[in-house]
Amino acid sequence: MLRIPCPYCGIRDQDEFRFGGESRARRPENPDQLSDEEWAEYLFYRDNVKGRHEELWVHSYGCRQWFNVTRDTCTHEIVGSRRIGSVNG
Amino acid sequence: MSHYSALSILRNAFSGHRNWTRAWQDPEPKKHYDVVIVGAGGHGLATAYYLARYQGVKNVAVLEKDYLGGGNSGRNTQVCRSNYFYPQSGAFYEHSLQLFEDLGQELNFNVMFSQRGVLSVCNSMHELEIYRRWANAIRMNGIDSEMLDRGEIRKYAPHINLDCRFPIRGGFIQKRGGMSRHDAVAWGYARQASAAGVDIIQQCEVTGMVTSDSRIESLQTRKGDISGDRFALCVAGHTSQLADMAGLRLPITSIALQGMVTEPVQPIFDTVMMSAQIHTYVSQSDRGELVTGGGADLYNSYAQRGSLDTQQHNFAALVELMPIFSRLRMMRVWAGVCDMAYDVSPIVGKTPVENLYISTGWGTGGYKAIPAGGDCLAYTMANDRPHELLRPFQLDRFSSGRLIDEGAASGVAH
Repeated sequence: MLRIPCPYCGIRDQDEFRFGGESRARRPENPDQLSDEEWAEYLFYRDNVKGRHEELWVHSYGCRQWFNVTRDTCTHEIVGSRRIGSVNG
Repeated sequence: MSHYSALSILRNAFSGHRNWTRAWQDPEPKKHYDVVIVGAGGHGLATAYYLARYQGVKNVAVLEKDYLGGGNSGRNTQVCRSNYFYPQSGAFYEHSLQLFEDLGQELNFNVMFSQRGVLSVCNSMHELEIYRRWANAIRMNGIDSEMLDRGEIRKYAPHINLDCRFPIRGGFIQKRGGMSRHDAVAWGYARQASAAGVDIIQQCEVTGMVTSDSRIESLQTRKGDISGDRFALCVAGHTSQLADMAGLRLPITSIALQGMVTEPVQPIFDTVMMSAQIHTYVSQSDRGELVTGGGADLYNSYAQRGSLDTQQHNFAALVELMPIFSRLRMMRVWAGVCDMAYDVSPIVGKTPVENLYISTGWGTGGYKAIPAGGDCLAYTMANDRPHELLRPFQLDRFSSGRLIDEGAASGVAH
C-alpha cells in the first residue's frame, strides 16, 4: 500500500486515491488543426517512464482534489507531491 | 536433442537418468543473424520456433537479459481461452486455442493443457444481460460458449456461494477453455527452437541500438554487438524502453498485475472461474495450489510487485464467492509488468522503424496468445506483411481510430 501525501489533507493510504496517469500530457491548443497522428500522440502515446515519474492522483475519498506526485516506478518510492500549478511544495 | 517418449524414459531409466541430453543449447552469440528477437519469453521463443520450423528462416537469435521464461511467461496464471467479444479478437485467440490443443504433440513436450472450462459468473441482473450478449457474440464468432443458470453453475463449482453479497444470477462457460503449464510452454518452444537451429542466448541484456536512416543496424548487448537484418521486440512490460533505443515511441503503459497461490490441497476445484464484478478469478494447479488473481495495480510500475490492498480486495472477493477457501494460507504473491495499450488489445507487427517488429500490448492476457502470437509474428517477419489475423492489431489503429476495445481482454475488467 502506498502512503500518498495529499497536498491538502496530508499523508493517507493509497486506497483513498485514484491514479490519473502521466501529468505530462497537455491538451492541444489548436484541436481543430490537429492531424490524426497528433491526436493519437495526445490521447494514447506515453513516455512510460522507468524511474522517477511525474503523475496525477486524485483524492477520491477525501478532498477530491487533483494533484501532482513524483514517484519512482521501479521502487514505488514517493519523492514528493504538489498542488497543480505550483512549482514546489 | 533426444525425442521424449515412454521408450526414452525407459531407456534412460536403465542408465539411472544420467544420460539425458540438455533440452536446449547454450551457444555464444554470432556476429550476425537474419533475425534477432529480444526477449526469451513465450512470445519470443514461439516466434523463433515458427520462423525456423515453418518460415524457413534458420539464422535466428533470441536474446534474454535474464533466464528464459523468467518474466511474464513464468508469472501469469496459465489460463487459455478464446471467449472474446469482437470478431477480430475471437479469430486471433481461437487460432491460439487451437494451436494449444495440439501443442503437446507439436513440441513433443507435455504442456499439460487441460480443457477444464472457463466459467464466468454474473453478480447482477445487468451483468447477466451483458453476458448473454457477450456469450452470443462468441457463438457468432464460431466459438463455443454456453449460458448457465444457477443450478448448472453449481455443477461446475459445487462449493460456490451462490447467495453471496452480490448473488450470482447466472453465467457462461467456454468448455474448450482451460489452463496449461506456463513453464512447459516456454521450455517446449525453447527446446524445439534450439533443435531447429535457433541460438537462445541468456544473460544477454540489450543495452543500446545502432541505428541509421530509420533502420536498426545492430544491438549492443552484454555479450558484444550483434547485427541483424530484422529485429523483433517481445519484451512485454519493457517494450517502451527497448523501442526508445530505436527512437520509437509507443502507446503503452506498464503496470503490475499480481498473481497469488495458496498452499497445495487435494483436488477440489476443476474449472477456471471468474467474476468480473466482484473481481476475482481462481483455478487449481496440478500441484494442488489454488491460483488466483484479480484487479491490476492501476499505477505505472516496473517493480514486479504490487500493493497489499489489491491483494486484500482479491481475497475478500474470493472468500465471498468460495467460503470453503477462507482458511487456506497464501504461499506466494508476485507480479508481472504488463504492457497495456489503451484498448487492452495487442499491437503486433511492423513499426515506423523499417526493420523493427513489435509484439506488445499483451497487457494482462498475453499467455494464452503465445502460440498464435509466435505463429503470426513469424509469418509477418518472414513475408514483411501482416498476417491476416494481425491486420486489426497494427500500430496505426491509434491514429485511424479503429481501436479494438476489449474491456473483456482478461475476462475481468482491468
